[in-house]
Amino acid sequence: MKLVVVSAGLSVPSSTRLLGDRLAAVAAPAATAPEPAPADVRVVELRDLAVEIAHTFTNGFPAPALADAFAEVADADGLIVVTPVFSASYSGLFKSFFDALSATDEDALTGKPVLIAATGGSARHSLVLEHALRPLFAYLKAVVVPTGVYAASEDWGAQGLDARIERAATELAALMAGLSGPSGQAKGRTPPPKRDSFEEVTPFAERLAALSVPGPSPAP
Amino acid sequence: MQFGIFTVGDVTPDPTTGRTPTERERIKAMVAIALKAEEVGLDVFATGEHHNPPFVPSSPTTMLGYIAARTERLVLSTSTTLITTNDPVKIAEDFAMLQHLADGRVDLMMGRGNTGPVYPWFGKDIREGINLAVENYALLHRLWREDVVNWEGKFRTPLQGFTSTPRPLDGVAPFVWHGSIRSPEIAEQAAYYGDGFFHNNIFWPADHTKRMIELYRARYAHYGHGTPEQAIVGLGGQVFMRKNSQDAVREFRPYFDNAPVYGHGPSLEDFTAQTPLTVGSPQQVIEKTLAFRDYAGDYQRQLFLMDHAGLPLKTVLEQLDLLGEEVVPVLREEFAKDRPADVPDAPTHASLLASRKDAPTEEGVRA
Repeated sequence: MKLVVVSAGLSVPSSTRLLGDRLAAVAAPAATAPEPAPADVRVVELRDLAVEIAHTFTNGFPAPALADAFAEVADADGLIVVTPVFSASYSGLFKSFFDALSATDEDALTGKPVLIAATGGSARHSLVLEHALRPLFAYLKAVVVPTGVYAASEDWGAQGLDARIERAATELAALMAGLSGPSGQAKGRTPPPKRDSFEEVTPFAERLAALSVPGPSPAP
Repeated sequence: MQFGIFTVGDVTPDPTTGRTPTERERIKAMVAIALKAEEVGLDVFATGEHHNPPFVPSSPTTMLGYIAARTERLVLSTSTTLITTNDPVKIAEDFAMLQHLADGRVDLMMGRGNTGPVYPWFGKDIREGINLAVENYALLHRLWREDVVNWEGKFRTPLQGFTSTPRPLDGVAPFVWHGSIRSPEIAEQAAYYGDGFFHNNIFWPADHTKRMIELYRARYAHYGHGTPEQAIVGLGGQVFMRKNSQDAVREFRPYFDNAPVYGHGPSLEDFTAQTPLTVGSPQQVIEKTLAFRDYAGDYQRQLFLMDHAGLPLKTVLEQLDLLGEEVVPVLREEFAKDRPADVPDAPTHASLLASRKDAPTEEGVRA
């Protein structure tokens, strides 16, 4: 099973990345329990991809490293997405990554469990999770974990963050196990395989028939 | 194999001088470029169709008719003709007229267009883009093949007892290419009719182009037109050359950096690594173009974009000299090597006429 963390933290080290790592540390073993091997965790640092993300808007296609990141995300059984709060919302880089992803593969997040998380300088921005991140991932047809995690600077020295991480990561793990495990398949909850328009072409006669257009006449 | 050029027809300021050509200058430059293409031994000239500034070619058959009168061998084509927003009846008439005037040196490439407002300007709905391409082409296909057409469709007024005039030259419809960058539906359409498929790969990585062409080839065979290897494939290309590759890079960089499509985006170096763009010596252009065959298979038509982003006419004409004298002769020779004998050339009026004459049973039915 594969868990991908998308972090839009900009500084090195970054509290945004730290929050993503803490969430992954709980979710990875919980997603595969009782198997001893935890889920495979990959981290996508958007800072490293910032220029390639910008270029998708001028080029129309992702450069190689970004294409690899898109493939990691599309292939994940679960996602942890973490952004710093900028101007009362997710950062522009964070949004741009998902804009570029959905322009390249509009079904990349369809049916995928996603844990939303954010960091900020004060607790006053905590509802960014509900007002900005949750609608974005709902629009992208992800299954958003009920509990999101917001960490203000003060939270790193206070009680309570651990419990929120534990609760949200466990919810993500349950969705990952439920959607990709054998019981999920037995209940028919596994998302249908994505339709590949290159593999499953609509026969042209069906397109003509849908328009009530007769096929071509025999060659003269 | 055919080699040629295709033009977008953009009026773009020259970033090195800040000067913008007038529409008249740009239109005359496009004609001069077409005449030069014939002079240096190229096979095809294709013009885009646009209905908004900063582009000038809104009336392709007017321009191509003028060029036809001043050339002898050049095949006149489009890149693309808007099958969505043009009336298919007018396309049938315009290109049949052009066929007669140009003695058959005409084919055309269908495209849906990528400028959203053009649809409403012509009374169409962009959400119906694929359906418009499907229905309009189905009608166009009949108008060129049936003398009297009765028609009722979703998108245009019905036709009762309609004859499109003039009839196609020698009763042979112009060969049609279907161009699409990312719609598998259009590759399927081209395959269904046994028409050509053109992938304008110039802004795209090779793996994407490969998928589209493989789909077209597989479906071409599925519909019984031949083997996948016999499908009719065209590709784009984009080059800037000087004898010395460093000179090419230095001279082209300001045009690249300010180009309408990709300017102010990736570096010239990244873009040449990721797409078919080649900026360098004629030998580098030869090597990169020959490599298209590695992912597209043996193909029939190679069109180069040479005259965009504000490049002055004088420079473009120099580029065409290099293309015609140093690049294309080598490409002709190299592409011919190891090319299976049963891979056809791109159809022309003469070849289509000959193949019809070779089919006596159908002639018998007609008689």
